[in-house]
Amino acid sequence: MNITFIIASFVAVLATIMAITRYNLIHALLYLVISFLSIAIVFFVLGAPFVAALEIIVYAGAIVVLIIFVIMMLNLKEESVEQERIWFSRKVILGPSILSIVLLGELIYILLSHETTALTTQAVDAKSVGLSLYGPYIIGVELSGLLLMSGVVGAYHLGRQKKKVQHRFLENQTT
Amino acid sequence: MNAAIADQALMLAGILFVLGLISVLIRRNIIFMLISVEIMLNAAGLAFIAAGARWGQPDGQVMFVFILTMAAAEVSVGLALILQIYHQLKTLDSDAADKMHG
Repeated sequence: MNITFIIASFVAVLATIMAITRYNLIHALLYLVISFLSIAIVFFVLGAPFVAALEIIVYAGAIVVLIIFVIMMLNLKEESVEQERIWFSRKVILGPSILSIVLLGELIYILLSHETTALTTQAVDAKSVGLSLYGPYIIGVELSGLLLMSGVVGAYHLGRQKKKVQHRFLENQTT
Repeated sequence: MNAAIADQALMLAGILFVLGLISVLIRRNIIFMLISVEIMLNAAGLAFIAAGARWGQPDGQVMFVFILTMAAAEVSVGLALILQIYHQLKTLDSDAADKMHG
């Protein structure tokens, strides 16, 4: 159990590092899928099989496919990879990485500094999740429906191909 | 042993969140920034799952379902915005969208 968790978490961290350092978007997305799959294994080990299935279906399935379709619509050429290589310089990486890793070290220090109480392991199955979702959290489900509705309307409104018109007073200043 | 696993899962969530944070800070491509936000949301969900497994309660998984819904809505609206920016500015550079000089 524990060795499965450790292997899956190492794969997740390595795949995420590979995903955020690629120049090519499609390669980054493939590494991202590996990261999501290994995090699904982590969920399974933690006793959440329902959420592990949801992670694979929604994250590795729907969201990544959505991003791939947008990349296909953008029709990026070879020079975009070169552009990405120019943008991704070493001196840009250094500062944010050091500051963020200091924050991470602080977090891990806090996590390690307190003693933990051992609990008996038990899986929380889909039935209890569903009972909780449609019992005490029913207002959250309704608000999620509202959020998805506004997401659909917003994506349709923003993604529509309009004729390119700037503001009428700014019409002469367009480049 | 289960509590130790929950602690390790919280550490993994922290590491993944920091990787996403680094990526959103160092990247200039808007699609990479959106992917980084997805990584960070996923790490937050992992923290919720670890906490739910620590107490053996389904509440963490319920919160993950809500985070999943939010991530799906966010990525659809974000990708529509990226399409609009690419059609207006013909580039994916996030620094190019500074017409308002904010």
